[in-house]
Parts: sequence; structure tokens; C-alpha cells
Amino acid sequence: MNTDTDNTEAVTTRTITYRQALNETLRAELEHDEKVFLIGEEIGVFEGSYKITAGLLEDFGPDRVLDAPIAEEGFVGAALGAAMLGMRPVVEIMTINFSLIAIDQIVNHAAKMRSMFAGQVSIPLVIRMPGGGGQQLAATHSQNLEVWYAHIPGLKVVAPSTPADAKALLTAAIRDDDPVIFLENLSLYSAKGEVPDGEQIAEIGKAAVVKTGIDLTIVSYSRGTTTALEVANQLEAEGLSIEVVDLRSLRPLDRDTICASVKKTGHAVVFEDDWLSYGIGAEISATIGEGVFDFLDAPVRRVAAAEVPLPYAKSLERAALPSAADLARVVREVLNLAPATATSNDK
Amino acid sequence: MAELARDTLREMQLRMLRIRAFDERASKMVKRGHIPGTVHTSIGQEAQVVGATMALGAGDYMSGNHRSHGHPIGKGSPLGPLMAELVGKATGVCKGKGGSLHLADFAVGSLGESGIVGSSIPIANGAALSSKVLNNGKVALAFFGDGAANQGVLYESMNMAGVWDLPMIFLCENNQYALSTPAHTVTSGIISERAAGFGMPGIRVEEGQDVLAVYDAVSKAVARARAGDGPTLVEVMTYRYNEHSEGLRLGTDYRNAEERDAWLKKDPIMLFRHYLASHGFSDDELDGLQATALAEVDAAVAFSDASPYPDLSVAFDDLYTDKESAA
Ligand SMILES: Cc1ncc(C[n+]2csc(CCOP(=O)(O)OP(=O)(O)O)c2C)c(N)n1
Ligand SMILES: [Mg+2]
Repeated sequence: MNTDTDNTEAVTTRTITYRQALNETLRAELEHDEKVFLIGEEIGVFEGSYKITAGLLEDFGPDRVLDAPIAEEGFVGAALGAAMLGMRPVVEIMTINFSLIAIDQIVNHAAKMRSMFAGQVSIPLVIRMPGGGGQQLAATHSQNLEVWYAHIPGLKVVAPSTPADAKALLTAAIRDDDPVIFLENLSLYSAKGEVPDGEQIAEIGKAAVVKTGIDLTIVSYSRGTTTALEVANQLEAEGLSIEVVDLRSLRPLDRDTICASVKKTGHAVVFEDDWLSYGIGAEISATIGEGVFDFLDAPVRRVAAAEVPLPYAKSLERAALPSAADLARVVREVLNLAPATATSNDK
Repeated sequence: MAELARDTLREMQLRMLRIRAFDERASKMVKRGHIPGTVHTSIGQEAQVVGATMALGAGDYMSGNHRSHGHPIGKGSPLGPLMAELVGKATGVCKGKGGSLHLADFAVGSLGESGIVGSSIPIANGAALSSKVLNNGKVALAFFGDGAANQGVLYESMNMAGVWDLPMIFLCENNQYALSTPAHTVTSGIISERAAGFGMPGIRVEEGQDVLAVYDAVSKAVARARAGDGPTLVEVMTYRYNEHSEGLRLGTDYRNAEERDAWLKKDPIMLFRHYLASHGFSDDELDGLQATALAEVDAAVAFSDASPYPDLSVAFDDLYTDKESAA
């Protein structure tokens, strides 16, 4: 569904998990280009903390699948240096939280070198990492820091929500000559979906309308798109027609697709996993305001995480994370509808 | 080493037994779903924890990593609020907001665990810096793993501690693995020997399952720090019996059975029991210590069970010192 390759022949598909789609794509790219290599903690012998690299050390050997020490700044920097010399490293950082140790290499170096050095070098580097909370791993292990990277000119940032997009965007990221931050989500790894066989290369920077509707647009990405679709379908049963835009790429941002959708529906809610202030929703909201203000029938609303470090206890964690119930409630408010039940979880 | 008082020896064994009983119970509770999230135990590493924490004085500081929820026990913390924290109750030391991975008990000088590997090392250095500036005679100790020894921040910290003569102990808990990664596959050279490059003593405690050997090495480092002579790196060789974390099944056979059996034969609690038995402790007394530890853990679980879950408002408490800023 979400690939942009123009396939004239009928494409066969298989239903596989997001994890499997990533694994197969890494394998295909290791086969496709000998300059591709993988580096990260526990990705070889152990096959990755989330088993994304299963079988790859065995088949491609330790020069192509490198187990790194716990030294994020060091191995991200090493990958960057190799990328400058034309290699195509695909780094796995165990979770996005640990990327903060490497942020100097990513933000001060990977993102800037091509521009600063006036095109003398390009950086075909991919950094894959999952974000996400909800597993009671608490404050330092549950963050959604996508906006930190989406803020940085020189980086591309993609966040696929389906197995098919995981495949097509990862292929595109690895073939891209600029640094790409590839954001996965812990809660998506076991999600299943139809994935077309054969080479699939997405266009980085294109959003997808994953459900059409006329009453309101929900804009989301990654795990949030799954929740948005769930809520849209549930509201559909009540006679509301909701459109869902899956951003797929946070930088470049496909402002045209967002604006075209809101121009049609006149209402928009952003569902984001990060904190509200200065978040993805703030950018989408400004985009809509600047682009299609005259078509809006109500202010754009945002549903995001509560602005606290994520607490550990289940009740607190649940209250702090944005939920389907929160989204449904805000959609109703934007459309001026009566609340569905008294159970919707207020924060 | 100077002869230790009988009470000190007794207390060493009791604290090791407490940590073992606490972690064994926590492990069961994870498997039964009574503790959520993730729990990393120190089962098998009790000599290293207690030898180091008891070498510190009551007012001294320590920082830890993901595996340090039980280290406050080594410094004398009561068990109830620690257990309640692991379960996520309002009476937990961090009111249920930290869990096993982000636990601190400032009452005993525990400045907190960091779930980010290596990141609590410079914080202990800062505590040592404050001691130096305030000239209060307190020392600080950072616990970190063999895996963390590959983070650059350790060397930044050792350099500062060395050049500023900080009253600091860098304590590497070398259990020889970081998750499934054997230390020798990612570590160049010997960790304790790196101290030489920073002009500080580096000690490797090969018999890290012997609580007295650890106590002796760390006591010397503490004495040196307190005398104003600067930091020491102490690398303690040890072994964790359980998986990296409870409930995790690493799947690959990264540690072989022979290796494990050899370490089980050097169990720190058993070794020290033999030592105590040959130094005038009766079997009854030693059994009594075991019973005491188990009863304390039962009481801790009962305390946690009887405690409420935190009120939702707790999520927003303590974000800033000034409540208005959270608006
Ligand atoms: C910066 C960072 N990178 C990766 C991780 C994931 N992680 C948690 S524990 C661990 C292994 C730590 O090994 P070691 O320091 O030897 O401590 P041990 O678990 O053996 O006590 C890793 C890689 C993390 N928490 N923080
Ligand atoms: Mg270790």
C-alpha cells in the first residue's frame, strides 16, 4: 500500500511482522551492496535485543555484522567516519534513549558535515533505533525523542508504522546518500501486515493517507498511526468519517499531504507519542495554520504525553501516555459532539 | 588486614543474606507478574556489593547502575520501601516512580541508579568534588560494570578525579558479561591496569567472591581517599548467577555450564559461612542469620502488599521545586 515504486507487474505479498520486514530488508541490502555493514550492541551473536538482526552474523560474518562495546558515542562516530569514506553503515542503537550518548556525533557532525564542508563529502549513514514507552521501564527507558532529531537540518528522519513501510523506508534509507534516522517502536515489532515481495523503495518525505474520510483528519506516525486507525474505525461505526494521515517521514515533512487533507475535512487532531510542548504536533499545527487556516472549522488539537518523566507504576504510566480514549475524546470535542461515555480517561 | 569485630563479620553475612533473599524473592515476583518492568539481580555478586558498601562509612556516597537496586541494602537500608518501589507502590523509596531501574535511597547516601550504562560514574565524581570543596571527609564510590568500562565517560571521570585528587573510588563490578557479550570480546587489555594511565592505583580483586578480600581492597581505597591522596580504581572479579534481567531469556548459550558450576562452588555466602564457622560462629547462629534475612524479606513484601498504589497526582509532584513551574 505505502510504497511508491511503480510496479507494473502484479506484486505478490506476504503477511509478516514488522520485525521480520526489517530483518529481511537488512539481509537484502547486505546482499545488494557490499559496502553495507551493520554495527551495534548485541546485534551479532545475540542477534539484537529485539532480534532484528537474527541470522545475519552467521550468513555475512563479523566484518559485515559488528558487535560493538557499550560505547554509543564511539561506535556512532566510527560509523560516521566509515560513511564519509563511502561505506553504508547501518547502526543499531539499542533504544533511542541511549542515542543521547551519541548525540554529538549525530547532531554536530553527521548532520552538518556535508553542508559545512561544501559538498566535499556525503554521509550515507543510517541509525536505527526504537523508541516508545508502555512497558513500565520508566523515565530513562521509555522516551520518544523523535522531535530532537526531526529538528535538525541535515538529517532525514523516518518513522514507519507498518511492516510494508518498514521495508520500503529502510531500503530507501540505506540507499540514501544522506544520514537517515530510522525510528522504530517497541510496540510495533510484533505487528503484522502485508508486505510486497521484491525490491520496494519508498520516497523519503512522502506521507500517506492510510484511511480516507471527510469529517476530520487525524495526523500521526509510527505506533500512533495504529491507534489513530483504531479510533477512526471505532468512530466510523458511529457514523463519523475520519481521515488518517500517516506522516512516515518527520523530516522532510510532507506538508502538502497534511494540508490537502485538512482542506477537505476542516478539522485536525494530531496524535503524538512525544511530550506536548515543542513537539511534532506543534509543527503540524503550525503547518496547518500557515497552509489552510481559512479552511479550518475549529482549532487544531494535539494529543500527546503528559509533561513529566514517565513514571514507573502502571497507573501513573497509563495516565501519562496518550491513549486511544484520549484521542477519541479530543476528536469528539473538536467535532462538538457529546462525550461517548463517562469512562474516557481524562488527564 | 586488621581483625574485624565479631559484629562486623556478622553484619557482613547478614547483609549478603538480605540481598540474596531480597533478589530471590524479587525474581519470583517478576515471574508471577507481581513486579512489572525489569529487574536485574545481584545474586552471586553479594560479596562485591557488601564488601564495598561496608568499607564505606555511613555518611559516604555511592552511585549505581541498572543492577544496583539492592546496593542500599549493603549500606543498611530497610527492605520495605525498596520492595515497595520494585512493585510500584506509593510507599516505595521513590514513591513508585522509579522502579528497580531508577532507585535512590538518599537516607543511606545512595545518590541513585542510572539506567543509562556509565552515566552514574561522573555523578559520584561530583559527590567526591563536593566533599573536597566542603572538606567534610566524605568519600564517594561509583559502581559500574565491565560493560560500562567501555564508555568514554569513565575515562573523563578518572582523569578529573586524578588531577583534582578527589576522594573517589571507581568500583568495576566485573561479572565478565554485558548482557550476552563476554567482556574479553569488547575490552582491550585489563580494566584495572587502565588506572596507571591516570596516575592512580588500580587494584584487581581476583577473589571477588570473598567478601573480606573486597572489603580489604575497598577499605584501602577509602582510607587513601579520606586522607586526601586521591582516587582508586578497584576491579572486582565476580559472576551473576541469574539472567541479565529477570524474565529475560537470552536464548543463546553464551555462558557454559562448567563456567557457571565453577563459580557456584565459590558462592560468596557459602564461602563466608565456612569462614565464620571456623571463627567461632555456631551453626545455630549462622542459621539464625539466614532466618532473619528471610523474615525481613517476608515483612518487606507484607509492607508492600499492604501499601496503596500511588495517587495519579504523584506523577506531577516533584518535577520542579516550585510547583508553579510545572503548569
Ligand atoms: C548507554 C546505554 N547503552 C545500552 C544500554 C542497555 N544495557 C543495559 S544493561 C547493559 C549491559 C551492561 O553490562 P555491564 O556494564 O557489564 O553491567 P552488568 O549488567 O553486567 O551488571 C546494556 C547494554 C543502556 N542501559 N545504556
Ligand atoms: Mg557485566
